[in-house]
Amino acid sequence: MTIPGLVGAGLIVIGAGIGLGKIGGSAMDAIARQPEAAGKIQTAMIIIGALLEGLAFGALILGK
Amino acid sequence: MVTIKKSLQLLTAALFALMPLVSSAETPVVSAHDSLQTVTTETAHEVHAEGQHAEETDKEFVHNFTQHHLMDDHFYSFYADKEAHRHYGFALPVILIDNGLKVFMSSEDFVYNGKVVEKDGQHYKYHHGKIYKTNAEGDLKLDEHHHPTVEKPFDASITKNVAGLLLATILLFLGFTALARTYKSSPNNLPKGLGRALEPLVIYVRDEMARPNIGDKKYKKYMPYLLSVFFLIFLLNLLGLTPLGLNVTGNISVTVCLAIFTFLYVNFSGNADYWKHIFWMPGVPVPMKIVLMPIEILGMFTKPFSLLIRLFANITAGHSVVMGLIAVAFLMKETLSTPGAVGVSFLLTTFLTVLEILVAFLQAFIFTMLSSLFIGSAVQEHDHH
Repeated sequence: MTIPGLVGAGLIVIGAGIGLGKIGGSAMDAIARQPEAAGKIQTAMIIIGALLEGLAFGALILGK
Repeated sequence: MVTIKKSLQLLTAALFALMPLVSSAETPVVSAHDSLQTVTTETAHEVHAEGQHAEETDKEFVHNFTQHHLMDDHFYSFYADKEAHRHYGFALPVILIDNGLKVFMSSEDFVYNGKVVEKDGQHYKYHHGKIYKTNAEGDLKLDEHHHPTVEKPFDASITKNVAGLLLATILLFLGFTALARTYKSSPNNLPKGLGRALEPLVIYVRDEMARPNIGDKKYKKYMPYLLSVFFLIFLLNLLGLTPLGLNVTGNISVTVCLAIFTFLYVNFSGNADYWKHIFWMPGVPVPMKIVLMPIEILGMFTKPFSLLIRLFANITAGHSVVMGLIAVAFLMKETLSTPGAVGVSFLLTTFLTVLEILVAFLQAFIFTMLSSLFIGSAVQEHDHH
């Protein structure tokens, strides 16, 4: 991997990390507010997380 | 259940009985004098061409080994002896379509030592994962970039990945026929053995994925596909964590194929509403409809594309990291002393493998969940306001 490639990969990971953090944080808040809806919130969280992950992996593979 | 157990035992026994037969199908004995000459010159040529093949450092070895694991192979190798240049495992059949069907067993020498195989007057040589048609000397006519310029026959071999897929298919077939038989005998029976572990997963796929996403009326039609894809991915992911060394879902061709199936399911079950939302989005001004059309058409393809990339990248990344952590035991030997390096490597690998079991389930879950979500969006009845 070249240096620009590595920097790009780092940027992608930073972006994905911020996104996952926001999703996880909001899900935690939501579960704390409504513990009875924890299952549904978790499912939705995992779906959004997977979509984000797909985006990040796509960028990493296309940029390789 | 008794019959299943018996047939399983029979199958295992047959497999073990046949294994030595298969592995010795093409013995490395070279009978003719001239072919011996060919093999030795070829090996010498290979070593010469690759330059530092002999003085490969540990780092390069780990890199090459990981790359080799991630790729498909024509020889099922369980264990390789670096010093003796021996690979222990069993041969897999090579099936070539080249003026008719050419079938022969691969062998250690064919795949790793550059031996030329003769079949019905045609000569074949293995070079970096591909099979080429050559002359008797095995001349690949390499160009200046070391790429062979000779013809490549159509390769439909039972490779390592195909063998893995077949193994998974057999296991799933045995497990689910046992489950189905219990229900057939009496619908309210509690399944026994493996079926008891499978039943909650089937219910999970039905109640958590298919029903809420596709809808109570239509979910039944899609259950066979969703269940197949879920259990196939889950089992293949789990098999990838065993010492069998399989990496089927980490192969992009396999995930492309799975994504194509989802694509076909979504688009062939799409109702008029689905197509209307793609080509002529209702409820927006006409210029906007024209702008949205190409975006929506692109969206048709990006959905399965993200599915295939996600599965492929997750499994590939997981396997590379596990391989890297195992390599710590060899690379850190000097700095940490042998017990220290092995301990560190063992702890990290155990931790990561447990994590990988979660990933194995999660990826199967996500693939099925998103497939059912896409199918659901294609079959949904919209309320028109």
